[in-house]
Amino acid sequence: MEVRSVDAPEEPADGQVLLELRHAAKSFGAVRALIDGSVELRAGEVHALLGENGAGKSTLVKILAGVHQPDDGTLIVPGRAGGDGRAGGDGRAGGDGREIRLNGPAAARAAGIAVIYQEPTLFPDLTVAENMFIGRQPLRSGRRIDRRAMLAEAAAIFTRLGVPLNPSRLARGLSIADQQVVEIGKALSLDARVIVMDEPTAALSAAEVARLFEVVRTLKAQGAAVLFISHRLEEVFTICQRVTVMRDGKHVLSSDLAGLTARDLVRAMVGRELAERPPEAAGATPGDTVLDVRRLTREGVFTDISLAVRAGEIVALAGLVGSGRSEVARAIFGIDRYDAGSVTVSGKPLRKASPAGSMAAGIGLVPEDRRQQGLVMDMSVQQNVALASLGRLGKGGLIRASAERAMASDWAARLAIKYSRLTDPVGTLSGGNQQKVVLARWLGRKPAVLIVDEPTRGIDVGTKAEVHQLLTGLARSGVAVLMISSELPEVLGVADRVLVMREGQLVAEFGHADASEEAIMSAAMGQQEVAQ
Amino acid sequence: MTSVLPRPTLPGPDQEARASHLAERVFRIRESGILVVLLVFVGVTTAVQHRFLGASNIQFVLVDTASFALLALGETMVVLTRNVDLSVGSVVGLSAYLSTQLFADHPGIAIPVVFLAGLGIGLACGIVNGVMVAAGRVPSLVVTLATLYIIRGIDILIVGGNEVTASSLPDSFLNIPKDTILGIPDIAIAVAALIAIGWYYLRTFRSGRDLYAIGSNPDAARLAGLPAGRRVFTAFAVSGAIAGVAGVLWGAQYGTINSTAGTGYELQVVSAVVVGGVAIFGGSGSVIGAGLGALLLATISSALYVLGISPFWDQAIWGFLLLVAIALDQTITERLTSALRRTRTRHE
Repeated sequence: MEVRSVDAPEEPADGQVLLELRHAAKSFGAVRALIDGSVELRAGEVHALLGENGAGKSTLVKILAGVHQPDDGTLIVPGRAGGDGRAGGDGRAGGDGREIRLNGPAAARAAGIAVIYQEPTLFPDLTVAENMFIGRQPLRSGRRIDRRAMLAEAAAIFTRLGVPLNPSRLARGLSIADQQVVEIGKALSLDARVIVMDEPTAALSAAEVARLFEVVRTLKAQGAAVLFISHRLEEVFTICQRVTVMRDGKHVLSSDLAGLTARDLVRAMVGRELAERPPEAAGATPGDTVLDVRRLTREGVFTDISLAVRAGEIVALAGLVGSGRSEVARAIFGIDRYDAGSVTVSGKPLRKASPAGSMAAGIGLVPEDRRQQGLVMDMSVQQNVALASLGRLGKGGLIRASAERAMASDWAARLAIKYSRLTDPVGTLSGGNQQKVVLARWLGRKPAVLIVDEPTRGIDVGTKAEVHQLLTGLARSGVAVLMISSELPEVLGVADRVLVMREGQLVAEFGHADASEEAIMSAAMGQQEVAQ
Repeated sequence: MTSVLPRPTLPGPDQEARASHLAERVFRIRESGILVVLLVFVGVTTAVQHRFLGASNIQFVLVDTASFALLALGETMVVLTRNVDLSVGSVVGLSAYLSTQLFADHPGIAIPVVFLAGLGIGLACGIVNGVMVAAGRVPSLVVTLATLYIIRGIDILIVGGNEVTASSLPDSFLNIPKDTILGIPDIAIAVAALIAIGWYYLRTFRSGRDLYAIGSNPDAARLAGLPAGRRVFTAFAVSGAIAGVAGVLWGAQYGTINSTAGTGYELQVVSAVVVGGVAIFGGSGSVIGAGLGALLLATISSALYVLGISPFWDQAIWGFLLLVAIALDQTITERLTSALRRTRTRHE
């Protein structure tokens, strides 16, 4: 029996539950991305989903989108046939809840769920109307596409949304804001009741955000449920009615927004049991400034970044994903250009955009993505360790294998790298040991400055601790360490000073004493510093 | 901290309408551009050599164009999906020999049967290409380059040192390229009709629009649940079948078929398609443009001949045109994109 109504969408009563996800869990290998994800979406509401990086938000969204299938948990969408086609009962909207399993994006669409991503993917060579209806264009006699009906339907949807977008224009050249509107239009044409927006405002100007909010309010008025994911708390308070907060893969709270403050939300996002913080780095007082960055700017990416790292100090650069931290590191090291500002190492100005120059000046960079940027996966452990020191290891352009082997085995011992043979491809090592190989490569050059980008991402707890000890020991031996990290416990545990970036700018600095997870998170999200 | 944002001025409908008109105008310009170049060539050549515009020469050019325009039709369908079929020349060769050989082996065989045989041969080759590209996920450049050689190799093995000569072919067959209606060769009209049908299909049927979508953004096509594999397979099958028919036509046109028939055709076909405005990475272009591209290249060939310029210059000029076409398309796309960007909502 056909459950979905295809014609005029009946608007569900306000407050009626449109989607319920209970205790969803999802692991990728050893990584538990989602442990207990729950959210309940009601008709006519805009519901915020908050959480730090790594809290499990995107995994939850992907489960709703049908891209991933949860290992555990239930998804209930009242009034829709199951993803596998079973439709028992009379399935009227608003009737009994029906547990469904989404085995793919098509099933999610059939269940009335649409996801609008930050960067929509449209067909630039097709018109807006065709983009909305591709694969299911309205037909007239002889299975021919009825263009007039298609344009009319598209125009009607844009009128409903209150956005005068011309459906017969090409999608090429549309701004991200307009592309999102097309995606929303497409969702409506598919009769979506639940619309998930994954950080929709990240790439929009203030005025475009205002227009998007108008559209969201229209959707709300028409009885849809909107799940709104954003890091900008001021937006959340502007447009949302209820909120769900996640932390470390688990659901923390769901509540009406009325009566909550930004501080409450931040506390919910980070308020884990504060583990005992290790005492202030019991090392020598920091020495001279080794790395001096002044007013570094790259158009559209980061602005006016000034920071200094002294010998023996670990400075952490915290902030949300997308705040520009890795880009700053790459610009300092010379992988990317910058438009203004200067970088000085031990008093000597550094030539921009020259990794070779940076290395010669004594900077090392352990990149964010060790598989793609840190290691040469096909080469052996030995070769990877020796890779940045080849000049020293040979004579007359020929590498001496014995020297290479000696260096690799020496560092492997020092860093306790677990491997089977030095000649094994580095891809056979565990994540933690791979990271140690990258570190060994740079440590082998005895750098004056070491920049590490997310040093313990994707690494098991034990190796994490080892890497932290390595970094602390390194600092104690006089190296200046700049550590980019999104893991607040790591930042607090290892760093002497914490700098916070937000949307390309430095917004806060904390010393060891006044740094706290809440303070850092608030600064990263644009709230004022939370008083202790 | 709440901020009061000024109410944005939404774009007027005329701003948006301008955007779509701009795009349409550009595409029409692109195709009329070919006509302009064509007219220039014809004009200049006729000024030097009057007989260029003579009836017999026009007929000759149109017959020459017909088979390439036919091949361009099939090639366009493949190129639209961001693929390429380089095996068409070899298919033409194989089909030309095997189908015309039927006349010698089965005297009195009906001509339509021979055409069907050619179609069948081409279809088989197209299916092989389609399976490897769609199911095997091997890039089409590599697949069709391989089949270009393999099919040619099979052709040479079969043909050996033999050849089919005009004496073994019935007159009714050899007259096909010569028959005219009102002075226009039959096959030119037939091919023009096929191109018109192809054009209509590509713009009015879902499967046709899918080809554009697949070439425009393959990832989005997959996300949208379009049956990309099936569509791409069909495009290659059709391209092969068309090449098979073109092979039979080749036989009728030249009468003498050996193992070199059709050699090098793929480059001329791809050039015709690109010069005709079909984007080399797919997603946009029309079969009419491709047909016009074939007409242009054939006209240039004839013009050079009539002007007494060595035919070796043909390829040089085609290659130059190809570069000009691609550079022009690139510039047009960039200008169009920035023009379209500027007609968007202006809030700042």
